[in-house]
Amino acid sequence: MANMPVSEMRLPPHLAHLLAARRLDTAKDVLSLPEVELMAVLDAGLPTARAAVAHVSEAACPPCQTALALLEERVRLGGGGRLATTLCGLDEALGGGIPVGKLTEVVGPSGIGKTQFCLKLALLGALPEYYGGLDGRVLYIDTESKFSSRRMIEIGQKSFPQVFRQEGLAQKMAGRILVTRPTSLTDFTKSLEQMKVTLLQHDVKLLIVDSMAALMSLENERATGFRQHPLRWTLSFLKSIAEFSRIPVVVTNQVRSQSNVDGYHFSFEVDKKDGNNCTGGFDSHLVAALGIQWAHAVTVRLVFESHSGHRFIKVAKSPMSPAVAFPFVVETSGVTLLSDEGIDVTGPEITSIRCQGKNVLAQ
Amino acid sequence: MVVMVLFAISAGPTGSSDLIFLLRTAPALPPRLLIRRPVSRRSSADRPRPASHRSSSAGSARSSGSCCSSSSAPPPPRRRRFLAGGSDAGRAVATRRVLDMGAGENNPLGAQNAWDMLSEEQSQKHITTGSGDLNGILGGGIHCKEVTEIGGVPGVGKTQLGIQLAINVQIPVEYGGLGGKAVYIDTEGSFMVERVYQIAEGCISDILEHFPHSHEKSSSGNKQLQPEHFLADIYYFRICSYAEQIAAINYLEKFLGEHKDVRIVIIDSVTFHFRQDFDDLALRTRVLSELSLKLMKIAKAYNLAVVLLNQVTTKFTEGSFQLTLALGDSWSHSCTNRVILYWNGTERYAYLDKSPSLPVASAPYAVTGKGVRDVSSNHKRVRVT
Repeated sequence: MANMPVSEMRLPPHLAHLLAARRLDTAKDVLSLPEVELMAVLDAGLPTARAAVAHVSEAACPPCQTALALLEERVRLGGGGRLATTLCGLDEALGGGIPVGKLTEVVGPSGIGKTQFCLKLALLGALPEYYGGLDGRVLYIDTESKFSSRRMIEIGQKSFPQVFRQEGLAQKMAGRILVTRPTSLTDFTKSLEQMKVTLLQHDVKLLIVDSMAALMSLENERATGFRQHPLRWTLSFLKSIAEFSRIPVVVTNQVRSQSNVDGYHFSFEVDKKDGNNCTGGFDSHLVAALGIQWAHAVTVRLVFESHSGHRFIKVAKSPMSPAVAFPFVVETSGVTLLSDEGIDVTGPEITSIRCQGKNVLAQ
Repeated sequence: MVVMVLFAISAGPTGSSDLIFLLRTAPALPPRLLIRRPVSRRSSADRPRPASHRSSSAGSARSSGSCCSSSSAPPPPRRRRFLAGGSDAGRAVATRRVLDMGAGENNPLGAQNAWDMLSEEQSQKHITTGSGDLNGILGGGIHCKEVTEIGGVPGVGKTQLGIQLAINVQIPVEYGGLGGKAVYIDTEGSFMVERVYQIAEGCISDILEHFPHSHEKSSSGNKQLQPEHFLADIYYFRICSYAEQIAAINYLEKFLGEHKDVRIVIIDSVTFHFRQDFDDLALRTRVLSELSLKLMKIAKAYNLAVVLLNQVTTKFTEGSFQLTLALGDSWSHSCTNRVILYWNGTERYAYLDKSPSLPVASAPYAVTGKGVRDVSSNHKRVRVT
């Protein structure tokens, strides 16, 4: 709606001519300027500029819906609101599964099981609805070359034996999963552009990006200020794809170290923490990569971490549920929960990521 | 001492009690004459209680500093806080009028005097946030006619609070609420209807708990206590770019003219698109300041609360990185009130960072299955099935 051409807006003729003469062709052009600057560009008085803005705004504003209409639409779509992950505890915590139309992030240290989780989700996207899948194609963007179709078939055979026993079904399922391997950000951007068409043509029901952080790190050589740009554009693109195509989008993220012990604080909190900072000078702890803007933008964040000898999937950010953690292991059948009863997590543990792996060299 | 008495024909029904108002000043200063300017749209209920205060006003005097201030400026913060105590002397100080230029029934300056503003403020209801402690630091809740900015780290509960306010504004008047409708402008897509339904149910169950004698169908013309009715009164806009955001806020003026019972506008979040797509930061500042002026105008004109949810960013100050609300320093001046939500240990806290009339303070709150509530021992959240 922002790119709606002014010519389609049915403005009063004098305003339409004025805007066209100044090459203000879309709603975005008109609305990006403050009123005073618009006056200068149009070379007209304030009432004219205001009238133009009011008309353009009314035309470009998205339609209003009541929350009740949204609810009824959700009910009408039926079970299409969630992708069940077959991990019962996690599904219950998320209100049915991975939400459709929103961006879900899976973040954790390396080797913890993120790709295994994504492989299982890819399989679920391809499975027929009778078996709990989405019965559609899956687009898997693999930036680190971690996609192993052999492993995926193995997961399928162990988790859904009744499906994969049937002849040809394995081939059909695997045939629905489209894997692309962009080697640079420009490749990725190009394939995103083409993806818009692909999604509609090929009935794609799930989009997995594994991993987003790897792509962003390819842009290291540029100035740090500019580093944000590809991320921002990709972010808004992914979110808009998710919403308009009504598909779940799952994105994987890496972790990086941060030397500040307690994380960042507000200025009014700093006074309280002064006393404790002396000892923590050299410790580093892990945070999710891609920054705080990314953290705000994702709707659901699943943190994979390990501590106390177990691995946990933690629902760190979700509009539907409190923070809970589930212990899991990675088996031949993929990621499996050890317990469906989640452990409540509160406070700073929600956002922290812990990784206490076994140190082979120390033994 | 010369005492001047002036008669002004009052348009209100209360007649002679409002006609005369006089204030004697200290002998050194010339007497001031005060004209009562009846504002016709006020109801008689808003008029301040006349007799008892007038008698005490004669004795109080104030330095000449405030004599020349125009009536359109709001009283300075210190005086307002003083008045919040509600003492007679305080009110007498506020009744000190200023010289109005020009006589007659119409108010040529379009200004409003401080006494009227005070009485309007006292009769304003606040929108409860659901948590008593949080209401306490906010002076009763979110104020109408003001712009409140609420910011916090991801996952601390900004959207939850926004949805809670959209529901709480609809609490019917007989249960202590405003009985209004809500406009929810969603820029991030975090408005999940099932959660809104859950919060509406929680709000209704609390109402029925506190007013056990109310029935499902209350007196004629009032809202039935069903979650669907609450959801039907939230007007939802889904915004996908900053141009749409600007368009929506511009369109709001017309929309609110057609839907006069809207009492809160929530924008969740105001930051998202402005962080993404704007390359020219100076232009962004100008556009944002225009936006905030429009929002303030809407708040005052339609007597509603505007709540803006904001994100955080890191800033390097005083030798270390600190968290601060996004959109820059110029934006931080635009809002009337600012609340920052943060984690303190294992509890969620809200910190009132900026307010014209209240001191800075913190209060804990919790997000439960029913929505935003006070912290108590029993706040395990029920998951949505």
